[in-house]
Amino acid sequence: MATTPSGNTPVTCPTVSGGTVASTVPVGAVYAEDSRLDRGASLVEGTVVLDETVAPNAPWSAVVRKGHVLTIVDVGGNQSADCLLYDADDPEERYSVPDTLAWQGNTYVRTGTVLRSNEGRALMTVVADEIDRQDTIGGACGKESNTLRYGHHVMFQHGCRENFLAEAGRRGLGVRDLVSNLNWFMNVPVEADGALGIVDGMSAPGRRVAVRAETDVLVLVSNCPQMNNPCNDFNPTPLRMLVVDPAPAADEARSARAAGTPEGTA
Amino acid sequence: MTTAQSPTAGAPHGSHRNGRVSARARDLHLTDSVRSARHDARAQGGRSGEWMPYLPASGSPHRPPGVDPATLVWAETVAPGGYTHKVLARGTRLRFDDPTGDACAHLLLYNALEPVERLNVADTQKVPWQAYLGENHPLLSGDGRVLAVVSADSSGRHDAFCGTTTDAWNERKYGDARPEGPSPSGRGLFLKAAAKHGLGRRDLPPGVSFFQGVRVEADGTLGWQGSAGPGTHVELVAEMPLLVLVANVVHPLDPRPEYVVGPLRVHAWRGTPTGPGEPRFTATPELHRAYLNTVDYCEARGL
Repeated sequence: MATTPSGNTPVTCPTVSGGTVASTVPVGAVYAEDSRLDRGASLVEGTVVLDETVAPNAPWSAVVRKGHVLTIVDVGGNQSADCLLYDADDPEERYSVPDTLAWQGNTYVRTGTVLRSNEGRALMTVVADEIDRQDTIGGACGKESNTLRYGHHVMFQHGCRENFLAEAGRRGLGVRDLVSNLNWFMNVPVEADGALGIVDGMSAPGRRVAVRAETDVLVLVSNCPQMNNPCNDFNPTPLRMLVVDPAPAADEARSARAAGTPEGTA
Repeated sequence: MTTAQSPTAGAPHGSHRNGRVSARARDLHLTDSVRSARHDARAQGGRSGEWMPYLPASGSPHRPPGVDPATLVWAETVAPGGYTHKVLARGTRLRFDDPTGDACAHLLLYNALEPVERLNVADTQKVPWQAYLGENHPLLSGDGRVLAVVSADSSGRHDAFCGTTTDAWNERKYGDARPEGPSPSGRGLFLKAAAKHGLGRRDLPPGVSFFQGVRVEADGTLGWQGSAGPGTHVELVAEMPLLVLVANVVHPLDPRPEYVVGPLRVHAWRGTPTGPGEPRFTATPELHRAYLNTVDYCEARGL
């Protein structure tokens, strides 16, 4: 198990000039050698059009075409995949937590949840989900908000807001385009008196969620560093992002190709 | 009070009577020259309506109790289905009143100096470990600072989950969402308010609303509480220079088939931001650090 970086124990980091400095920011990939990992497979049959791994702590993005299904695999378990969605052709239309919640009349994301835009339209639909519920009210961690949650000593840690800014920048988007997000595999219950918080997850290595694009969707993901939340033993693990084109029943050639692709079947 | 107007009724919207003088009551032949048109237009000045800004603010007919009129900087009754916006100095006290029990104040807040810093509802719920807005609840930006804090609340029926309505929602529910129609969407009105400050679609994050409550049941179901009745109010302290956008429209989960919304009163007056000597400043560790961040920003900026 990796050491806990959330305390004040400094980590020695090399500098460009050849010296070393003490930092609370851990370096390199941080999942332990003995972490149990399960790369899983797509939850939906079809032709694999994309199969990528998101390193621990890293950002990722891709356009998922209309009708294609994205399976996100929680490879190491209880990893949080912070996620933002945009209409690929008009990124000013983007994922909206309040519209998603109001349209379905429920706080939690489960199979059947339609992920709606700030204009009320369907961007994606959850078509399969291997944990009880997914979170969309907890938002993302960030350098600035971490100072409120944990103290000013955590200011220079990495966070999802940094990942979102970096990946948005690669897509021509910026800070104005960051809004409240989804947190795949994270658990944020709301209690009767309104108390809420991020608590131990309900996921495990290999657990998956699958979402179908209802239009061409730009998906931004931050594989959360989880530096101060013990829900993942301070041990961020990879995510696997699998996009398949579900083979139309009438298209036998495509069905045959999908069947011949080991990772194209669950 | 709960009857929707016909689609041709025009603004203001919703269930309350149009406060303007009917054109039919006037002689339509008074404008046959520039001089007479000018006289006719000027003769309309000085009238009052049910919903309007009161200028100067000190002359508001609805001054909040205990507030020195000389300190008022904003006084307005926002029409049902109307919107308003204002830039407020740090320390300003902002009060919303719901005189009929049918107002719903949808709110977006921005750092007036750098509007990329804006209300972050996820942090507003997560950081205080509390989903429901009430006294001492901070409205946080995504930059770890307090834009405003709830300083008084006689309603207790608010919502930070559902945001405001979209055109798609209102078209489905009421058959019309046009800003000029009988059932405008909150997003449509926010877009107009934002545009007047050079902001656009990218600049409308999820917002909060006051006076029509929502509660989460054990299975996650969002239940609409409605209002606490007529005559409640909410007060905020602007802890930073604020751009305030307000849309007074029906809450998305309001189950009534009609577009029912009442007038919303807005008053603001000069004051001081929450200081280290006040109990709120250190009420929780999270709020304390948020205030330290806010004071740090404002001091550096010379505010």
